[in-house]
Amino acid sequence: MSLPEEGNLPSISDSVTTSANSMKAEVFSSSASVVEMEAIAKRLRRHIITMTGKAGSGHPGGSLSAVEILTALYFRVLRHKPSDPQWADRDRFILSKGHAAPLLYATLAECGYFPVDELLTLRQMDSRLQGHTDRTVTPGVEMSAGALGQGLSFAIGVALAGRLNAQDYRVYVLLGDGECDEGQVWEGAMAAAHFKVDNLVAIVDNNGQQIDGWNRDVMNLDPFPGKWQAFGWHVIEVDGHDLAQLTEAFDQAKLVKGQPTVIIAHTIKGKGVSFMENNPDFHGKAPNAEEVKIALKELE
Amino acid sequence: MRETYGKTLVELGRENPDIVVLDADLSRSTMTKIFAREFPDRFFDCGIAEQNMISIAAGLAASGKLPFASTFAVFAPGRCFDQIRMSIAQPGLNVKLVTSHGGISVGEDGTSHHSIEDLALVGSLPGFTVIVPADAIETAQAVRTAAASYGPFYIRLCRPKVPPVYTESYRFNLGKAVTMRQGGDVTIIAIGLMVAAALEAAKNLRREGIDCRVLNMSTLKPIDEAAITQAAAETGAIIAAEEHLEHGGLGSIVAQVLARHQPVPMEFVAIKDTYARSGKPAELLQRHGLTAKDIEQGVRSAIARK
Repeated sequence: MSLPEEGNLPSISDSVTTSANSMKAEVFSSSASVVEMEAIAKRLRRHIITMTGKAGSGHPGGSLSAVEILTALYFRVLRHKPSDPQWADRDRFILSKGHAAPLLYATLAECGYFPVDELLTLRQMDSRLQGHTDRTVTPGVEMSAGALGQGLSFAIGVALAGRLNAQDYRVYVLLGDGECDEGQVWEGAMAAAHFKVDNLVAIVDNNGQQIDGWNRDVMNLDPFPGKWQAFGWHVIEVDGHDLAQLTEAFDQAKLVKGQPTVIIAHTIKGKGVSFMENNPDFHGKAPNAEEVKIALKELE
Repeated sequence: MRETYGKTLVELGRENPDIVVLDADLSRSTMTKIFAREFPDRFFDCGIAEQNMISIAAGLAASGKLPFASTFAVFAPGRCFDQIRMSIAQPGLNVKLVTSHGGISVGEDGTSHHSIEDLALVGSLPGFTVIVPADAIETAQAVRTAAASYGPFYIRLCRPKVPPVYTESYRFNLGKAVTMRQGGDVTIIAIGLMVAAALEAAKNLRREGIDCRVLNMSTLKPIDEAAITQAAAETGAIIAAEEHLEHGGLGSIVAQVLARHQPVPMEFVAIKDTYARSGKPAELLQRHGLTAKDIEQGVRSAIARK
């Protein structure tokens, strides 16, 4: 694939370390320390800024809020093989909040699913990195998402198939809190408990904001943990930027039998970039060239 | 048709352990209950939650299963078009959506349960194969073909028992129109229960000396362009007959083919931009112009314009 001109923006490949290449070939697990994961998380944030800045559009806010969630999953929790994205026994990660595509792409690239340089093609004509995730073109993407509310149901289907096939893979699905306005999420919540899919873990990126503002003003979700509990889920609440807490929550979820687990990860939209934090303007707006510079300076 | 669907699912389920079936609290009407009885572990009743059912089916298909999902035609695609679009059509997943209660022959349940837009909705989705069988024998064949072919399928069944138009020896051929009756003056292209009505109309018109060709266009998508073009060239006039709105269904598709390849006079036997209400199926079909008599009138009009 030919790469676009990089213009004046910092090159994304500058930040690549050996991690991506050295772990490419084999089953990718699971041993990164918290310190190592913190370094990876910072790289992912830099990718998100650079990619969306280069594209001139995209969703940095809800990508930045979930960085630690994906870091913990892909570098500590998931059993996966970047060299074989369709490996039958892989754990599945399903991004339901498809607008966080920049984060997923950055994570997949850092794992070695495709070259890190390709991240700069985000949202361009003929790129494999579509504005919202597309399972037909991007290695490692499990679901075509972007129309909110469908991922939990899709994940239930994947979890049921694993059970029918007596496969021991686990299924992880990331939802946005604003996404939980969608009625289908609660259809799925009811069904997951009814079908007792204990190989399924939902994570909610609970950054408190949606496009029109704070959730509590747009459409109040409270009592949020209570809702999941009432629907029959095992509920864990964590600081979604604390990698140790996240790792522990994923470990705990593996022990839960007979019901699905939801990890409500309390996060900050735009986390890591001062002028994006808790600022709904950057839900679906890319940073301009000047803002990219400032953001990357903050993320050094 | 519905009972045949349920029985065919059981036969397929015995042959292929990957077949799973989903329903949305209508398994007694769609007849997926027959499968549920024999394969309880491979049947998922999703409750009255069609959106959830569709995306679960997609997840199963993405994991190598062969899901059949069923409800009434008015609820899928009606209630879950976006889920069908993004969970199934865009990724081209191997989900078979088989709905019952298509059209207005649903009867007394009224407008909320009549499905008159479903073919326009599903027919608009890239990559979907759309089939409307004409009788129970074709239903069994179409369901078997769907199971044997990779990709998204929509099969629309109707509620009432329909008279058989085929014998057991019939073999469904995906994407091919079936010439039910040869004729040189005009061609009636029909789907679903309108095929039997078309054959009756052709028989009646013979007495007036009009020689009708009748095509069963059971595969609506991909449409058999060659059969339509040939019929237009050889008979010079076309009537489309369907239990659906006249916009976006069989008539629209056939008209597009004719406009491109072989423009000839055409008439539309379909529901005219309105909703039906409660009534007996036969009364409703009569009220909305979907009987053999209506087809006969269409034939006379088309021939007059030749």
